[in-house]
Amino acid sequence: MTAPVLDTSETPPKRAADRPKRFAALLGSKRLPVYVTAALFVAMYIGGYSRYQNLNFGTGQVVANLFVDNCYLLVAAVGATFVILSGGIDLSIGSMIGFTTMLTAFLVQKEHWPVLLVAPLALAIGAAGGALMGYVIHEFEIQPFIVTLAGLFLFRGLCEMVNKESIQITDHTVTRLALFHIQLPGDTFLSLGAVLSLVVLAAAVYVLHHTRFGRRVYALGGNEHSALLMGVPVGRTKIAVYTVSGFCSAFAGLLFTLYIQSGDPLHALGLELDAIAAVVIGGTLLTGGSGYVLGTLLGVLVLGLIKTLISFEGTLSSWWTKIATGALLLAFILLQRVMAAKRR
Amino acid sequence: MTDPSPVLEMTGITKQFPAVRALDGVDFRLLPGEIHALLGENGAGKSTLIKVATGVQESDAGTIRLGGVPVRFPAPAAAQAAGISTVYQEVNLCPNLSVAENILIGREPTRAGRIRWKELERQAAELVARFGLDVDVSAPLDAYPLAVQQLVAIVRAAAVQAKVLILDEPTSSLDRQEVTRLFELMRRLRDEGVAICFVTHFLDQIYEVCDRMTVLRGGRVVGEHLVSDLDQGGLVRLMVGRELAELDELADHVRTESAQHTEDAAPALLHAQGTGRRGGIEPFDLEVRAGEVLGLAGLLGSGRTELARLLFGADQADSGTLTVDGEAVTLRSPADAIERGIAFCSEDRKAEGLIPALTVRENIILAMQAARGWIRPVSARQRDELVSQYITALDIRPANPDVLAGQLSGGNQQKLLLARWLITQPRLLILDEPTRGIDVGAKAEIQKLVVSLSDEGMAMVFISAELEEVLRLSHTVGVLRDRRLVATWANGPELGTDQVLSTIASGVHE
Repeated sequence: MTAPVLDTSETPPKRAADRPKRFAALLGSKRLPVYVTAALFVAMYIGGYSRYQNLNFGTGQVVANLFVDNCYLLVAAVGATFVILSGGIDLSIGSMIGFTTMLTAFLVQKEHWPVLLVAPLALAIGAAGGALMGYVIHEFEIQPFIVTLAGLFLFRGLCEMVNKESIQITDHTVTRLALFHIQLPGDTFLSLGAVLSLVVLAAAVYVLHHTRFGRRVYALGGNEHSALLMGVPVGRTKIAVYTVSGFCSAFAGLLFTLYIQSGDPLHALGLELDAIAAVVIGGTLLTGGSGYVLGTLLGVLVLGLIKTLISFEGTLSSWWTKIATGALLLAFILLQRVMAAKRR
Repeated sequence: MTDPSPVLEMTGITKQFPAVRALDGVDFRLLPGEIHALLGENGAGKSTLIKVATGVQESDAGTIRLGGVPVRFPAPAAAQAAGISTVYQEVNLCPNLSVAENILIGREPTRAGRIRWKELERQAAELVARFGLDVDVSAPLDAYPLAVQQLVAIVRAAAVQAKVLILDEPTSSLDRQEVTRLFELMRRLRDEGVAICFVTHFLDQIYEVCDRMTVLRGGRVVGEHLVSDLDQGGLVRLMVGRELAELDELADHVRTESAQHTEDAAPALLHAQGTGRRGGIEPFDLEVRAGEVLGLAGLLGSGRTELARLLFGADQADSGTLTVDGEAVTLRSPADAIERGIAFCSEDRKAEGLIPALTVRENIILAMQAARGWIRPVSARQRDELVSQYITALDIRPANPDVLAGQLSGGNQQKLLLARWLITQPRLLILDEPTRGIDVGAKAEIQKLVVSLSDEGMAMVFISAELEEVLRLSHTVGVLRDRRLVATWANGPELGTDQVLSTIASGVHE
């Protein structure tokens, strides 16, 4: 290849003009919502600390418990992040979690299958269910909302097929896994579930930002038609995204089982909405194409901290969690709108 | 030079859509190392042919050979893998990804499945620099204006070492300098042996950069020529599909007292001075008087509609002044224009005009009700009176106000649209292609209506792709070319289609 023959000396492109301005770059930056969520988390924490420090709010375990108590939500929200980034939605998350708890409890408690066999099986069923929904969405060009709504009913119904009543798990291995703790400095600990959820999170960050598949997910959410014309295998990517979500839901179901040591047809009812809320509060655009999994972590932590603050307050009804979540969700969706308008 | 064997050879390509046969046995050849123009008016089948060649759609019949080997493209990825690279008219990139990713998506350098970001950005920066673009490849694509995005799309397409590069109207969002840059790039790729297919509506560009051309009309090939063998007049005739002699006959109609009209002392109803819009139409001067029909001629994409939209406030002018009744105005929205008595019948009556699921009555009354505001409803009696009056006046058939608008024929839909605007009693009526796609009888009726309305003192801007129609009806004729108003004449017997055609073709006003 010879040197550039294009003569640009005539019109020296102005660097300053060609590059986005710094301030505008911050306002238009895709990271802004993540910063806002992080700032919100810090502010809420400081607020909580100044109000409840006599009640040991300042101990490390309060923070560690955010991970321990919300590990299943984090994993579910990571799956939802994939789907939402690709421009879709998955409403079947809660049902899939409920079904997984039910199936696991039944097989372990009633059929005495070893946990180490049941867990992979549950994950495989979750992934297959997600793949099936992805296939239907892609192949028949149906709204993901409708297809996953069908999934929501299907898996919730299947819970009752497995067993009508809730099953307590007293299996020795499960109990030991549930009690397994990792000691951290400063007299704090993380449960096995919390650690596993962080592993899933790290894997998701890697996949989304450092693999071709991850970038295809973003491309799909940016503009599906363009992605197709650019040669992105849209169908395969879409199916894969719902497979990931189904897998994460099943994984979250296993963590939930571990956390609560039972299976129940009504477990995790409506949890998909919490997961979607965490994703949006974490700064991912509901229209797809823009967002970060680390934002989703922050979203989960903010939701967890709201619950913690309300429990520390003591007198407030837990319904205030929902009110606060709703208000936050609205605020973040408005922020997204304002940013989208600024960009234009 | 011996004829080298074609890189891309499409034979007998046929594509049937539910309503139309978009392509009918089209043969198309691209030779290595040539820039080949693919031409035709709207609906001629260019886009469909490109979609077939790039795997977006599959043809119903016909074969595609690439380097002599028969191929099938079930998806765009397959065509790309085979070495056919495409830049579409609208920027088809992902605005949320970085410039570098957009250029290299699908070809990201990886090590053990992990994208090497540094390497990715280095490669992209190199490519971008090769094409003389100065952009930060790590910035998201939507941080840049559309023209830059279009250039990035071209960089992406050219970066694949493609055998065939298809450019579908890539210049519509570029300014002159950027077009020059693009042409240099195209020539360089041609010299490297790439076969380039170039689609454009700008005739000058064809003569500037292309070697050969294929002209489509109505889904068939009507000519394959060396650019040097066919002058612009001949090309326009091929595209429009009529010989000059034939046009002369059709235009041999009486041209009314136009000279008097233009000499008339009547003050201008609407006067545009240097009005223009960047990327839409270059600044133009224009005057319309009461009772005058101003005809606008020009090929598709020449700026006819863009001009009309400025006068109606559908787009905002960014230069010049507009006076209505001698008073300077700024039309910020169609509502501003309607308030000053300006009405606009869109060329796209399906998408922008009629509401097919509403009845004839409701469609007619719509604009009037909108003009009055929702607080002052039109009384039922008054409404029925007006509706039946206009149905009779325009002879809308069936003469039943309760029929759904979508069930009317094209010509009657057009009349319905006209009725809707006439009921607001506009002083200036802009008609954009009012006779397109309707049968001969309805066409004649609409033409008669234009004449009688102007006799009653209404000013009109009449836009049509059909020259004879413009010449028959207009007192003043304006010619647009490449988004510029290149000439305005008082119509008269001495103004022939030849003169207008040659101006459309050459842009030179004799």
